[in-house]
Amino acid sequence: MRRYVAGRLAQAVGVLWAAYTVSFFVLYYLPGDPVAAMFGGGADAATINPAQLDELRHRYGFDKPVIVQYFDYLGKALRGDFGNSVSSGRSVSSTLGHALPQTFALAGAALLLSVVLGGALAISASYTRRRWLRQALLSLPSLGASLPGFWVGLMLIELFSFRVEWFPAFGHGGLRGLVLPAVTLAVPGTALLAQILAKGLVAALDEPYVQTAQSKGASRWRIHLRHTLRNASLPALTVLGLIGGQLLANAVVVETVFAREGLGRITASAVSTQDIPLVQGVVVFGALVFVVLNLIIDLAYPLLDPRIIASPRAGRAIVGAGA
Amino acid sequence: MINELAGQTEVTVDRDADADADAQTHAYSHADPVSHTDPVSGQPRRAARVNHAARFFVRRPGLVLSIILVLLVVVAAFWPGGLSARDPLRGHPANSFRGPSRSHWFGTDALGRDEYSRVVHGAQLSLKATLIAVAVAFVVGALIGLVAGCAGRWIESLLMRFVDVLLSIPSLLLSLALVTALGYGTVKVAVAVGIASVAAFARVMRAEVLRVRHATYVEASRSCGGRWLFVLWRHVLPNAIGPVLVLATIDFGAAILAVSSLSYLGYGAPPPAPEWGTLVATGRNYLSNAWWLTALPGLTIVATVLATNRISRALDGEWVRQR
Repeated sequence: MRRYVAGRLAQAVGVLWAAYTVSFFVLYYLPGDPVAAMFGGGADAATINPAQLDELRHRYGFDKPVIVQYFDYLGKALRGDFGNSVSSGRSVSSTLGHALPQTFALAGAALLLSVVLGGALAISASYTRRRWLRQALLSLPSLGASLPGFWVGLMLIELFSFRVEWFPAFGHGGLRGLVLPAVTLAVPGTALLAQILAKGLVAALDEPYVQTAQSKGASRWRIHLRHTLRNASLPALTVLGLIGGQLLANAVVVETVFAREGLGRITASAVSTQDIPLVQGVVVFGALVFVVLNLIIDLAYPLLDPRIIASPRAGRAIVGAGA
Repeated sequence: MINELAGQTEVTVDRDADADADAQTHAYSHADPVSHTDPVSGQPRRAARVNHAARFFVRRPGLVLSIILVLLVVVAAFWPGGLSARDPLRGHPANSFRGPSRSHWFGTDALGRDEYSRVVHGAQLSLKATLIAVAVAFVVGALIGLVAGCAGRWIESLLMRFVDVLLSIPSLLLSLALVTALGYGTVKVAVAVGIASVAAFARVMRAEVLRVRHATYVEASRSCGGRWLFVLWRHVLPNAIGPVLVLATIDFGAAILAVSSLSYLGYGAPPPAPEWGTLVATGRNYLSNAWWLTALPGLTIVATVLATNRISRALDGEWVRQR
């Protein structure tokens, strides 16, 4: 068990470091001259003269060799310092930390909705004996996956804020203000989860243990909730990490649509102003969320399926095949 | 977690390859009696095939509808005048905010411009961006996968670790980072979306190359003195590319969504040009009094994504399985 945990931890740290490295070179080296990109693209492009650019280059350390810069920045990042936002001058970590609670509330609500709705959809599709109903339920996820998030948000505003005025359209109206953005954000995750779970449930119904349970007189409900759901939930758990990362990314769109303050809004404006340090902070944070979620999920596997601990390789293979 | 996802794609891909082989033997045994009757002209055989195809499409009205819709989008992209005679940029202010009617199918916008003709003309930019995105993902991903699969050893592990890192950053965030570095515009947004989905292509391509690399015909060609590059081009690539092409059609819908999200956020073509995401973003300002300006361009995106997903599903398996 300890070896399993240590291996997963080392992997997580490695991925995080690599994500930092990739984002560093993409953001600072793809534009050619990061200083010109950061300060030249704005409204005051004309007011900056070459001497000032040189001074800025010196201040940001861009007059040193690439490799020195990289280790300088990496060293600072390890101490939690991602530099200062170009447009506001505040440190990236405090800017992100400030916006985090809003986005976490939104993403948490969306994740909860995804799990509940996706689970309900998959279970009812697998439970029903009516063919047409099953077909209809199973076609919903692929519809949900084809909807652009920004459009769903705008349509919900149109229907529930302007037509019937149940929920506020913009800003933070407490819990009521959270409903529409959370629903919008939950759509892609719900679709993915329902798809994977329904596939697993239908496959699990053919397993011999279901026949055993049936022959012992278990009801359909009992078989679904106690037997097949447990076995089908493992692959669904696997995609949960993926969904967590996507929630953060899709929050960029959803928070823009609903004019909510938060990480996504900050990201959108940082991209608009080419605020490179801030964008890098967000990208690394996105990778951190993905890595941490997957770490938790990896550590939860053995609790759900003891076979994984018995032989890590074989266990992972079983999980993979189930997906 | 990442490995498991990869395993999942590999499993599905393998199954499809099997289905392919199955279907082919099936097709031959099916066509055999017909070719017996008239082996020279081949006429009855062709008739049977046409008959078969007709039955295939008649049973799938949704697929036919999808093909028609995608054809319409292609026509709109290359010959917009054929679908709408109106100028998408010239407005008649007296005609502003007319709801959908027989003369203006999608209504008119704030300047009295015909929204339907703007959507038709927008197809060009949106389709162009999508094609570029898929092409970038396909070419870069397939190259990485090919090199990784063929080179093996440390080159392979280096490349595949890099691909893992790309997967750990949520794709929309990665696109946003690339947009920050590259700047705005339809082509740049398309490239950003394409790079963000390179990882899946690289994985499938590598898996296929590994499958083919030790096949008998490859070793035979090598032992006959074929140079490695020749064998690669002549034998490995054609036999490994199939599933990657299927992935490209699947990726199409996702690319449309990603491109429209980025252009909704305002990183695509500058305002006067009609791009689908931008049209929805403009419509947002008039959500309370002109629902059609957001609803109908958005529905066009949804319909196009659904149609391409339906076609890719058919290409993925149904067509070969049916034959």
